[in-house]
Amino acid sequence: MADKVLMKGNEAIAEAAIRAGCLHYFGYPITPQTEVAAYMAKKMPKIGGVFLQAESEIAAINMVYGVASAGKRVMTSSSSPGISLKGEGISYMAGADLPALVVNVQRGGPGLGGIQPSQSDYFQSTRGGGHGDYHMIVLAPASVQEMAELTVKGFELADKYRMTAMILADGTMGQMMEPVSLDFDVTPPPEKPWATTGTKMQREHNIVNSLSLVPEELEQLNFKRYEKYAEVIKNETRYEEYMVDDAEIVIAAFGIAARVSKNAVNEARAQGIKAGLIRPITLWPFPTAPFKKAAEHAKQFISVELSMGQMIEDVKLATECKVPVTLCNRAGGMIPSPELVLEAIKKAHKNGGVD
Amino acid sequence: MATTNFLFSGFGGQGILFVGKFLAYKGLIDDRQVSWLPSYGPEMRGGTASCSVIVSDDPVGSPIVSNPDVLVAMNLPSLDKYENAVVPGGMIFADSTLIERKVMRDDVKVYYIPATRLASENNIPTLANMIICGKILKALDDFNEESVKAALGKVISAKHADMLDVNLKAMQIGADYE
Repeated sequence: MADKVLMKGNEAIAEAAIRAGCLHYFGYPITPQTEVAAYMAKKMPKIGGVFLQAESEIAAINMVYGVASAGKRVMTSSSSPGISLKGEGISYMAGADLPALVVNVQRGGPGLGGIQPSQSDYFQSTRGGGHGDYHMIVLAPASVQEMAELTVKGFELADKYRMTAMILADGTMGQMMEPVSLDFDVTPPPEKPWATTGTKMQREHNIVNSLSLVPEELEQLNFKRYEKYAEVIKNETRYEEYMVDDAEIVIAAFGIAARVSKNAVNEARAQGIKAGLIRPITLWPFPTAPFKKAAEHAKQFISVELSMGQMIEDVKLATECKVPVTLCNRAGGMIPSPELVLEAIKKAHKNGGVD
Repeated sequence: MATTNFLFSGFGGQGILFVGKFLAYKGLIDDRQVSWLPSYGPEMRGGTASCSVIVSDDPVGSPIVSNPDVLVAMNLPSLDKYENAVVPGGMIFADSTLIERKVMRDDVKVYYIPATRLASENNIPTLANMIICGKILKALDDFNEESVKAALGKVISAKHADMLDVNLKAMQIGADYE
């Protein structure tokens, strides 16, 4: 077993990014993700990389656009209000088919909101966030180890599909420390013949742009992009199932909510209630298949979220509303307790799946 | 299935996060599963600080400790806030230099340690936290000097290596306090 170190989730993201070959980081401090920037500020100058604290989030995301255009692995990180500011740039990167990693360590909103953990940027992340028809690959870590591993995976997927990958974490995941092994394989970036690296007078100009004024052409670009998304849906959907096989009550939860829910599932099982958990690891593409399958035997689904109920819509879509789907939630920076989730499970058990 | 949920609480500047990190590292060195979660907020020196540490033989689920097995209260507001959250049969360690009142509950084991006074008398005024930590490990019958030293080595940077012995001394003072 490789040596494990204790790291904060935010630090694990930063170290994993460097190990994935990301030598360009642009950001702007905001709680609760500041440790990512702090780590990069310390490390990048020592390894010949670039750390730049931009004048704003908007500037930072446009610097990311620039480096991505030049074909290098690049990232930025922020928390909810900062991600909203980056929305325009993220949409432009989608329009220009640029690979990059964006990290969102969520805090309560809307607006400036608070600084405590939240999952209320689910809609923003999975539906786009910026304008236009596009998606990001959205990865939701539930441990510090996954913060590291999904960061590496994010760079690889971004390069493979020429699109933005997002790590959607929350304040708890960013701030907590757990043992982490940094001993993982990294797929080096593929050749990027499209990158704007200078023609050296030996090839045609490469153009990276999101402007396309001829509607017939723009339509084709959108069609083509969605064919790519179909590939992502087919190949890259990830999830974890926990005691789902015979479960009558199935929890849907990601990130910190899944950790809390696992405690509740264990306690419910100890009390003789057949509970289980499906934890989406990719939020886009959403893991429809395990939910559809579980809907064949489950009496009720409970979506546990740190929001007013956002993922619940995807759970309803995935299960085609065959069985009731209810919400167990806290919002605004509050975290559901295992007891709260257990109560929801018990209630569902008692009602036998009657909403 | 041994799991110990720790909650450390006190003023910012008392080394609340540090002592939690030390115990988490000790757990890691002892080959156990651990998590460490700080309260974070618009807090500063003199404000409140707390952190949750879980040390377990099983994978850690939720890293949030709402009902600790072991509560460390290094000031009165911490005891007021968390006394009733401790599980029945749990332990409370209180810095009795700073907390004048007694614990009201009779279903928990209470250790009063005048840690701030002991620290100041021994000329290690910043190490009241580690004095209490020594007492905790003694009470849990977990004062294994080898892993204690190894964990201190992890949380004290090489630059401050001279602090290693001082921390160990503080822990010994706590362990010996009756």
